[in-house]
Amino acid sequence: MVTAPISVAEVREVLSQVVDPEIPVLTIADLGILRDVALDGTAITVTITPTYSGCPAMDMIRADINAALAEHGWTDVTVKLVLSPAWTTDWMTDDGRRKLQDYGIAPPRRTPGPVAVTLGGLTCPQCGSRDTEELSRFASTACKSLWRCRACREPFDHLKDH
Amino acid sequence: MTPLQTYTLRLGDDCLVLGQRLSEWASRGPTLEEDVALLNLSLDLLGTARSLLGAVGDEDALAFLRDEPHWTNVLLVELDNGDFGKTMARQLLISAYQVPLWTALSASTDPLLAGVAGKAVKEATYHLDHACSWMVRLGDGTEESHVRAQAGLDAVWPYAAELFEADEVVTSLVEQGIAADPSVLLAPWQATVERVLAEATLAVPTTDWQPTGGRQGKHTEAFGYLLAEMQHLHRSHPGATW
Repeated sequence: MVTAPISVAEVREVLSQVVDPEIPVLTIADLGILRDVALDGTAITVTITPTYSGCPAMDMIRADINAALAEHGWTDVTVKLVLSPAWTTDWMTDDGRRKLQDYGIAPPRRTPGPVAVTLGGLTCPQCGSRDTEELSRFASTACKSLWRCRACREPFDHLKDH
Repeated sequence: MTPLQTYTLRLGDDCLVLGQRLSEWASRGPTLEEDVALLNLSLDLLGTARSLLGAVGDEDALAFLRDEPHWTNVLLVELDNGDFGKTMARQLLISAYQVPLWTALSASTDPLLAGVAGKAVKEATYHLDHACSWMVRLGDGTEESHVRAQAGLDAVWPYAAELFEADEVVTSLVEQGIAADPSVLLAPWQATVERVLAEATLAVPTTDWQPTGGRQGKHTEAFGYLLAEMQHLHRSHPGATW
């Protein structure tokens, strides 16, 4: 049986279960890639935006959104992908930043402009030291860089300031 | 095809073919970190290409079912990878062009181009940083790395001129505020490339040879092999998924 969603808030509540497949501690809302939820009768339109142009997780996120809504019998769903305005790490929530740090990924710093700038050492998510260095600008996913802590010697990922 | 579609496809073809070339470095990079870096570049370019090709038609049909004369990328992006020095020299020349290109197109009156460019400019800035730092390390490194970086640069250099060509498609779109004016992109490209090559102690090549033809579908020998590898799975097993 198809049950119509009552409100946008109800749809958002269901979508708060949808996480980034690469960083499963973050919901798509935490990450700032959930742009909009609209309701027209029983038709739901969910608007998302990619972090990086080639982010391979987008197809999976789209499928996960459809699956989460279908569990509630909501199948009249359109997932729309928009590029503009371009995602930046400033779209991430503070809650999302805290979750990242706890997960072992140094969260992005708030940047003054759209262009990547060097902002000094990051805080090691393992031991809290500021004595850290970048090993590579490119890491396991397009949105991360690889760092190392000089104090505890642990390598760690950093969600790039972008 | 409308001039806008032709222009959009050209930009997409540049990104797709370069992305495919860079992906050939998978498991062959000089270090694990560099392997990952080159594939990150490849993935960014592939993502940009998908948005652009998808705006023109069916992205899979465009990528996997077009024969060589129908591809409109510049020759520079299809050149074989050669050694790491040649790959990085090519990357410097293309990224130093793409940063001002995407910057200009961010203000395009075409919303699709502006949206794609607004994302791509940030990624191209990373690519340029990466290519610049490698060219300096190679050029100003050992005797061997200097020689090979210079040889790589000499091999790709003549092909850069094609990036700045304007035909009637580009000219008409520039007038409408849709396309980026190639003549405006040249100065920032030269400034970046000359600054990096000076720091890398590499000589700016001098040659009058400026091969061209990619936009008209006239490609180099290397391109056929790239297409064969990229397209054979789709052509042999249409609609295959996994």
